[in-house]
Amino acid sequence: MADQATFVEDTEPFMRSLYSTALRLTNNAADAEDLVQETYLRAYRSYASFQEGTNLRAWLFRILTNAHINRYRAKKRRPEESEFDDLEDFYLYRKLQDRSGLGRSAEDELMDMFSEAEVVAAVEALPEAYRSAVLLADVEGFAYKEIAEILDVPIGTVMSRLHRGRKALQRELYEFAVSRGLADPDPVATA
Amino acid sequence: MTESTSSSAECSEPSCREAVDELFTFLDGQLTDDRRTAIQGHLDDCSHCLEQFDFHAELKQVVSEKCRTELPDGLKDRVFAALRALDD
Repeated sequence: MADQATFVEDTEPFMRSLYSTALRLTNNAADAEDLVQETYLRAYRSYASFQEGTNLRAWLFRILTNAHINRYRAKKRRPEESEFDDLEDFYLYRKLQDRSGLGRSAEDELMDMFSEAEVVAAVEALPEAYRSAVLLADVEGFAYKEIAEILDVPIGTVMSRLHRGRKALQRELYEFAVSRGLADPDPVATA
Repeated sequence: MTESTSSSAECSEPSCREAVDELFTFLDGQLTDDRRTAIQGHLDDCSHCLEQFDFHAELKQVVSEKCRTELPDGLKDRVFAALRALDD
């Protein structure tokens, strides 16, 4: 059993990453602050039930995502599990490769190709279930098993949401690349 | 357009298709040691797949870095003050 007296020092290191995730889930700084506040209050109240030695960071993220789902259940859009099935894999990669071929230098330039605002917009455009999977894997570096526990879904569902979320993310980023003249417009999408 | 399978004749097992199928599980660090070593061996021999893996490793890094944000001023104090208020 965890001791409430050490809660602040135990959990303080995770607040920044919890806030980052909250901000990307809510798209709004004030809502993100409220969500972090609620997460810490809930965690503090139930800290005695947290098993010491187990994954505190994953436990906090589970509380955060549950709190978020409860708050926004009414306006939450559940994606069809088939959504984005017809999107091609590795869309951005293939489109950039079509244009110029990609060398090692082009890979290094990816960081400069997209602004922070564009990457955030692309992530925030994802349906929520896909967005949380992508954030937990790519930003927070959680293992699939941990993400499954945080989101309370089977590992297969985590992998399928990541697959679809990443496809959709590449499609969104491709649109920004087109608008910058870095990739050729898709004749189907612009028709 | 170059298909990822085009160089499979030149590449050792696993094939390009098998390697690319496991691209994200590899980059996510979710493969078993044996499987990871097999894919790494393929990438050592196949510059085409290596380019695709490197691109996606970089893209993961881009998403990670650009989605992180600093804590707003005072949030930590407000959160912990709210906890103390529970005990009062």
